[in-house]
Amino acid sequence: MDTLRFILSRLGQSLFALLCIITITFFLARLAPGGPFLDDKAVPAHLIEKMNQKYGFDQSLPVQYKLYLGRLLHGDLGPSFGNKGFSVNEIIADGLPVSFLLGICGLVIALVIGVPIGVFAAANRNTIIDYALMSLALLGICLPTFVIAPLLGEVFALKLGWFDVALWEDSSAWFLGALTLGLYYSAYIARLTRGSMLDVLNQDYIRTAHAKGVVPIVVLFKHAFRGGITPVVAYLGPALAGLIGGSFVVETVFGLPGLGQHFIKAATNRDFWLINGTVMVFAVLILVMNFLVDVLQAWLDPRTKSKT
Amino acid sequence: MIRRQPDRTQQGYLFRSTLLSLALAGCALIFSGCDRESKVDIATREKILLLGNGGEPKALDPHIVSAVGDSNILRALFEGLVSYSPTSDMEHEPGVAERWEPNNDFSEWHFFLRKDARWSNGDPVTAHDFVYSYHRILHPEMAAPYSSMLYFLKNAEDYNRGEIDDFAEVGVKAVSDHELVCTLESPTPFFPDVVKHTTWLPVHRGTIEKFGGMTEEFTDWQKPGNHVSNGAFSLSDWRINAVIKVRRNPYYWDAKNVKLNGLNFYPIDNTFTEEKAFRGDLLHYTYIIPNNLIHRYEEAEDPNLRSETYAGSYFFRCNVEDSPTDNVDFRRALAYSIDQETIVKFVTMGGQQPAYGFTPPSEAGYCPPNVISYNPEKAREFLKKAGYESGADVPEFSIYLNTSEAHKSIAVAIQDMWKRVLGIEKIKIENQEWKVYQQTVIDQKYNVARSGWIGDYVDPTTFLGIWKTGDSNNNTGWSNADYDRLLAESSLLSDTNARYAVLAEAESILLDELPILPIYWYTRVYLIHPDVKNWRPLLLDNHPYKYIDLERSPEDAE
Repeated sequence: MDTLRFILSRLGQSLFALLCIITITFFLARLAPGGPFLDDKAVPAHLIEKMNQKYGFDQSLPVQYKLYLGRLLHGDLGPSFGNKGFSVNEIIADGLPVSFLLGICGLVIALVIGVPIGVFAAANRNTIIDYALMSLALLGICLPTFVIAPLLGEVFALKLGWFDVALWEDSSAWFLGALTLGLYYSAYIARLTRGSMLDVLNQDYIRTAHAKGVVPIVVLFKHAFRGGITPVVAYLGPALAGLIGGSFVVETVFGLPGLGQHFIKAATNRDFWLINGTVMVFAVLILVMNFLVDVLQAWLDPRTKSKT
Repeated sequence: MIRRQPDRTQQGYLFRSTLLSLALAGCALIFSGCDRESKVDIATREKILLLGNGGEPKALDPHIVSAVGDSNILRALFEGLVSYSPTSDMEHEPGVAERWEPNNDFSEWHFFLRKDARWSNGDPVTAHDFVYSYHRILHPEMAAPYSSMLYFLKNAEDYNRGEIDDFAEVGVKAVSDHELVCTLESPTPFFPDVVKHTTWLPVHRGTIEKFGGMTEEFTDWQKPGNHVSNGAFSLSDWRINAVIKVRRNPYYWDAKNVKLNGLNFYPIDNTFTEEKAFRGDLLHYTYIIPNNLIHRYEEAEDPNLRSETYAGSYFFRCNVEDSPTDNVDFRRALAYSIDQETIVKFVTMGGQQPAYGFTPPSEAGYCPPNVISYNPEKAREFLKKAGYESGADVPEFSIYLNTSEAHKSIAVAIQDMWKRVLGIEKIKIENQEWKVYQQTVIDQKYNVARSGWIGDYVDPTTFLGIWKTGDSNNNTGWSNADYDRLLAESSLLSDTNARYAVLAEAESILLDELPILPIYWYTRVYLIHPDVKNWRPLLLDNHPYKYIDLERSPEDAE
C-alpha cells in the first residue's frame, strides 16, 4: 500500500511538472523576436501575413495554446517549418533512436570504465594509485566534449583508420560519439563511486567483516559494493537523460542525425512546434528516468520511501 | 544470501560475454581498418558522387525552398525549360524546351517543349505542367516565400497579392501540349537566365493533387517513393540530417548521356566536420571550407583546394532614416575609410576581391562603376562636410551582425579603421542570433548592419533590383526617384549594351548616396576530389550534374 501511494504521488508530480514545462515552453518560444517565416532573402510582408493566417499565428496566444493542447491530446505535435517534408512526430521518431543508441552505449562505456576505477581507487585510498586515477578523472571532467570529440576523431579515425570520422549512413562514426560521451561521464562516475565506497568502507559492519577474517576482496565486492553503488544508481537516471539529450556537440562533431541537433536548430529557426516537441521529449525522458530511479532506490534502500 | 547466489554467476557471465564481444568487435574493426577500399573509392567505382551540402534542406519542393544548398539538390531532381551549361553561366542548354523564341522586344517568349520529356513515373512532361506549377507558386494561399521570382510574368504580382482572382490573366499559357507562351511585364532579354532558377521548375500535377492539393505545403509528396520529378535523377532516399540519395531516372529524355548513377547529398552543418569527412575519404566534395583552414591548405599546395569567383557581394547596410547614418556625407566618410584590401588579405583570407561597387563584375559584360576605394583624405573631408569637427563628436552608433566569428572579425577590423582614420571612438558591435538579426534589419532598428547578397541569375538586375523603393530586401529606408526611374527605363531596353549603360548609371547613384558600404565580392573556396571530372568553375555555382563524371584518377591509384 505504501509502495503504491509512493508511486502514485511521484507519477502525479511528474505529470504536473510536464504540464508546466509544456506551457512555459509554448509561451517562451513566442516571446523571442523573429519568427519561423523569416528567410535569408526577405519574404514580402504580404506573404508573411498570409503564412501567419494559414497556420493560425494571427489568433490570440491563449486561443493558440488551447488549440495546441487539443492537438497534443491527439498525439499530433504539428508540422515543422524548418523541415517541410516532415512532421515533428516523424522527426522525433527518426532522431530519438540515434540519441538512444549514443546515450545507452555512452552509459555502458561510462559504467565499464568508471565503476572499476572508482572501486579500485577506494580500495587503495590515499595512495599514489588513488591520486593518479582521481587526477585523471578530474581531467576528464574538465575537458569538454567539444575538445575530446575532435581529438578522438583525429586519432582513431583519421590517423589510425579504425572508424569513420563522420556521417551516419554506413558509417562507424557513431561509436566515437558514444565513446566521447562515455569517457566524459566515466570521470563523474569514477569519482562518485570512490566517494560512496569510502563512506561504506568506513562503516562498522565492514570492520566486523574484516575482524571475522573475511578476505579483503570479498569484503569489497560482497559487503561494500551494494551499499557503495546506490548513489551511482541514483545518478544513472539524470545521467542517461543528459546523455541522450545533451549529445548535441557529439552529434555536430560527428555529423549524426540525433535529436540534439534538432533541439538546437529548432530554437534558432523559431520552428515553434519542433521546439515544443523536442523540449517535451526531453522533459518526459528526464521525468521518467527520475521516476524509475526513485522507485529503484526505494527498493535498494527502504529508508528513501519514508523520506517522501 | 541464497537468493543472490545465481544472480552473481549471471553477472559474471554477462560481464565476461560483454568483454568478449567488445574485444571481438574491436578486432573486427581493427582488421577491417587495414587495406579496405575507402568510401570514396567504392563510390567512384559505382559512379555515385558524394557531396557535402551545408545544412539540411528545408524541402525538396521547388516552390518552398530558397536556400542555395536546397537548390543544389533540386537541380539533380528537376529540369526546367532551360538548363544550366556545364562550362559557362552565359550559355544555355536546352532543358524541357528544345528551343525558345522571343518576340521583337523580348516581352513575349515562346518555349517549344520536347516530345520525349518524361516524369520519373513515365508520364509525359507538357506545357500544362508548367502552367500548373507557376499557378501553384503564385497562388496567394500557397504563400511561397520566393514567389517574387515569377513577378516577371504579366500580372503575376497582382495575382500573388490577391488583387486579381483569375489566374488566366497571368502571362503564361499552354498553346498546346508542347508550346508554352510567357507574356512578361516588360522586355526581358535575359529571360532564359531567369527561368533556370529553381522557382521556375515544374512539379507533377497528379502527385501534388494526390497528396493534399495545390496549395498544401505539409504533405507526403516529398517522401521517397512518392516524390516525382523530371530531372536526370530521382529521389531514392531521404533520411533527415543524414543523407539524401538521388539515383538515375530511367525516363529522363537524355538518360543515355547521364554519366553518374547517382548522387548522395550529406547535410553537414559544421564546416570542420565536413572538412574532416573529406580528409577521411567520405566525400568527393565539400560545400565549403572553414576560413581558418584555407591558409593551411594553401601552404601545403593541396591540389584539392579550389577557389573561384562567386556572384555575391558582402556589404554593410546603413539605416538612412536614423542618425548618424542619415547624413549622406557621413556615410561617404565611412565608405572611404574602409581599407578593403586589408580586410580580404588579413581578415577573410579566402581570396575575395575588394568591392569597388556593389554588383560584382561578371562575364555577362556588366562592369560596375569603379567608385569606392580606400581614401583616408577624402574620408576625413566628408566627415568635416557632414558637420563633425572630429570623430569624437560623432554620436555613438552600432554595427549589427548575426553571431559568427567571421562576421565579427570583419566588423572589428572596420571598427578599428573608422577609429584610426576618422577618430570615431564610440562604435559598438552588437551580436544577434540569426532570426533576431533578420528581424532587426527588417524593422530597421540598426545604424549599420552587415549583409550579403548572392545573385539568382547572371544579369546585374538581380543585384540592383533590391535597392528599388519599397523592395522587401531594401530595408535601409533609402529611396531615390532617379534610381527607380533608371531601373524602370532599363527594363524597356532590349539592347544589352544600352541596358547595361543605364544600369551602370543607376549604380553610380547608389554608390554616390551609399545606403550600403561595399566591402568585398565573394569567392567560393571548397575541396574537390581528383576523381570528379568535368566540374568547372561557374560564377553562380549551379552545376548541372548530368555532365559530371567519376573516374579513378591515376595519381591516387598508387
